[in-house]
Amino acid sequence: MSRHVVSFTVNGVPKRVELEARRTLADMLREDCGLTGTHLGCEHGVCGACTVLVDGEPVRSCLMFGVQAEGCAIRTIEGLAAPDGTLNVLQRAFRTHHGLQCGFCTPGFLMLATWLLERDERLDEAALRHAVSSNLCRCTGYQTILDAIRAAAQELDRWEDSAAGEARR
Amino acid sequence: MNWVGRAIERFEDPALLRGEGRFTADVAIGARVVRFLRSPVAAGRITRLAPPPEMPAGALFVTAADMPEVGAIRPMLHRFSYRAVEQPVLPRDRVHFVGQPVAAIVAASAELAEDLVELATLEIADETAVADFDDALAPGAPTVHAVAPGNVVVEGFVRQEGVDAALAGAHHVETFAFRSRRQNATPLEGRGGCAGYDRATGRVRLTASTQMPHMLRTGIAELLGMPEADLQVVAPDVGGGFGQKMSLFPEYAVLVWLARRHRRDFAWIEDRNENLIASAHSRDQRHVVRAAFDAAGRILALEADILANVGAFSCYPTTCAVEPLMAFAEYPGPYKVPLYGARARGVLTHTCPMAPYRGVSRPVITFGMERLMDRAAAALGLDAAEIRRRNLVDNFPYRTATGMTLDDATYVEAMEEAVRLADIPAFRARQAAARAEGRLLGLGLSVFNERTGYGTPAFAARSMGIVPGYEVVDIAMTPQGEVEARIGASPHGQGTRTTLAQVIADRLGLAPDQVRIVHGDTDRTPYGWGTFASRNAVISGGACQAAADKLAERLKRAAAVVLQTTAEQVMLRDGHAVGPHDASIAISALAQQVHQRSDLFGEYNLAESASYDPPGTFSNACHLAVVEVDAETGGVAILRYLVVEDAGRILNPMIADGQVRGGIAQGIANALYEEIVHAPDGNILTGTLADYIPPTSAEIPAIEIHHLETISEATATGAKGLGEGGSIGAPAAVANAISDALAHLGVDIAEIPATPPRIRALIRAAEAKARA
Repeated sequence: MSRHVVSFTVNGVPKRVELEARRTLADMLREDCGLTGTHLGCEHGVCGACTVLVDGEPVRSCLMFGVQAEGCAIRTIEGLAAPDGTLNVLQRAFRTHHGLQCGFCTPGFLMLATWLLERDERLDEAALRHAVSSNLCRCTGYQTILDAIRAAAQELDRWEDSAAGEARR
Repeated sequence: MNWVGRAIERFEDPALLRGEGRFTADVAIGARVVRFLRSPVAAGRITRLAPPPEMPAGALFVTAADMPEVGAIRPMLHRFSYRAVEQPVLPRDRVHFVGQPVAAIVAASAELAEDLVELATLEIADETAVADFDDALAPGAPTVHAVAPGNVVVEGFVRQEGVDAALAGAHHVETFAFRSRRQNATPLEGRGGCAGYDRATGRVRLTASTQMPHMLRTGIAELLGMPEADLQVVAPDVGGGFGQKMSLFPEYAVLVWLARRHRRDFAWIEDRNENLIASAHSRDQRHVVRAAFDAAGRILALEADILANVGAFSCYPTTCAVEPLMAFAEYPGPYKVPLYGARARGVLTHTCPMAPYRGVSRPVITFGMERLMDRAAAALGLDAAEIRRRNLVDNFPYRTATGMTLDDATYVEAMEEAVRLADIPAFRARQAAARAEGRLLGLGLSVFNERTGYGTPAFAARSMGIVPGYEVVDIAMTPQGEVEARIGASPHGQGTRTTLAQVIADRLGLAPDQVRIVHGDTDRTPYGWGTFASRNAVISGGACQAAADKLAERLKRAAAVVLQTTAEQVMLRDGHAVGPHDASIAISALAQQVHQRSDLFGEYNLAESASYDPPGTFSNACHLAVVEVDAETGGVAILRYLVVEDAGRILNPMIADGQVRGGIAQGIANALYEEIVHAPDGNILTGTLADYIPPTSAEIPAIEIHHLETISEATATGAKGLGEGGSIGAPAAVANAISDALAHLGVDIAEIPATPPRIRALIRAAEAKARA
């Protein structure tokens, strides 16, 4: 199997990795970059536990090859907290609202929510529910994940109390 | 300050939220990768098994022939006509289910190992497989194991005198025959292990995604014939279990065997397909339940015929009897059933073995009882709440027909509160108005009890060869005054490091963040059974409380020396030992003195041990679901879901509510979505998460939770377990609501999951019947 050299950044840090063309982005992050915070729940693109941001967009890292990351800016869960480990607003909200139990799916939900909170448009209930249904969680029943992301959006002044959103609640 | 009862944030969370948790796959990086060659057929004789023609340097191909000294997994039950089925770690001659591991292949990377699995040779002479219990019980059916002719592996039978007469002479007899389809617990992290060999000591450290590290160690050591002391099992962060990770799986034994034989590190991390087809399944049952009622709607007798498809082998340590016998023992649930008869059979088939899954049979029997009650209510002209009101146990302690004692609970009160909150008359008006517009709304109740926190006596009554039950806690204070409590239980998402710290903190006058709960490592914790059966808060909590009380006595004795008083006069509060006239010493200073100036105290350390082994208790709840059924598509939307539950003293309300919500999500999945489907030849048609469909946030509604708090004397902490209740109650509530929505069509849910095609088929059949 041919090997390729790929250059990209992860959480702002430049990386240069040599790997097989068939290695997934998820495996590259976990095994070649040592970033084990990205978890593999299904390896066929359904569960979303491996969601990372590639050039600002959420991506199932099990469905993208490492070589496709050439020149990309990748963000993972390891980049969310401050260097001293202080949790960011979203992470704190997950803790306060009990948005995690076993924590295995959590990296995917955090990266998905990071994308939601950084988009140009403000987040409303409909968009929140639509986006969060992308990923699977087996422990929480989702309500507390929705609560956490909503609370983080409110704290960051990214929340839209739209009538459309209210109607769906 | 009381810490118990407060919704403090979890100590587990910061690392998990930073991506710094340590799961088995994280530990496995760098180890040699193990993949398993698995049987592609359900039944047959292995005629050829060979490695790939070319093996890269360092690659290994391991079969049963390489490990002749290794034994078979053979859990025991000494009653109920149990047949001791043996599961080979790797099969020597025959395969018994699709996905059964046949050979292990080792390579330097996962990609390479998967290539080699593709290139290996496995030829099997197919034999006729039986996948369903009807096929397995048919005359002349193939025998799955010679030790169990007729394929019945376990059978319970009880029939109290008078059942026949009650059924014969009853005002009304209601019969309900139903089917519960097979599920997979589907933890988001699958199974996996990493066996590391320590050349300095010759010991193996198996890091595994397990709920029972001590049991896994015992089982593997026995299988491999190795000293148990040479094996350390570590359960690191575990990504959910729900019962599936209780069992000893053959793959773990292979890993430890490889590490010892080749003196290196070996890891196997299963993929989702392996988890779906070859881990453990559950809930594949069919029941016929029948109740005799008097004219007032009171149950006179109950009988149940229970069939459970237990798959091809028997899980260690609980055995495959766990599903049929749970249904057998607990069918009457929260109801007054004066006379009881039951027959429960576990049936062997050529399918993935059955193992416990959250609720173990009780989602199925609650479905049976609660649908039966609704059907009987309709036949007797009573409403759903009224028939339950007339039958729920309301006088405690109550001895059940199967010999269990129901302790103080709120069966009637919980239902009345749910009914009040739901405002059923208002709902009926809405339902009628909606129906006039062509929309189908329905409301369903589910009332149940949940046996939790049961220790040795309850398990011993099942006559299991290995009798779980007690938990031990070793507690010690460091010279700086922090507490370390080492527990035998092994959590996997329950927040145990937080809740047990709350229990201990209250007993020692400390804050929870001064308490470290150590778990999931056989080298660092006392022998214990693990985290399952809604037992952690009750049993580990009780042991932690007892250990902390013993440590408190030690601290008080030492403080009495410093404060020149007696131990009886000392109180521990706010981090201080306080004597008469407010004379006090910081507990941290006291701890340092005891450790470093033992000459003053005559005590050498601050360590204690305690165990707890309660008889068990029953929590209870009423679930109430409101659904809308789309008659065109058969789709079901849950419009409202409320729970009134009573789990005694709640240690941490945030965590307790999380257990309820998560359990209900799995119960809704059980009611509507998830099903392992086999082809008649035993092949699995649902091997991905696109076919086996756990619900998303789009399907799971917001859940309203209301608490009652009956403090039972059956447990030391006053807490009753609640980990399984959500999944126990939900299937019945949802199915009753669907049946209510479709009652005018004559549609009645008797099979779960009630998928859109099944609901459409019922509606079509009802319409055809109406036309005819």
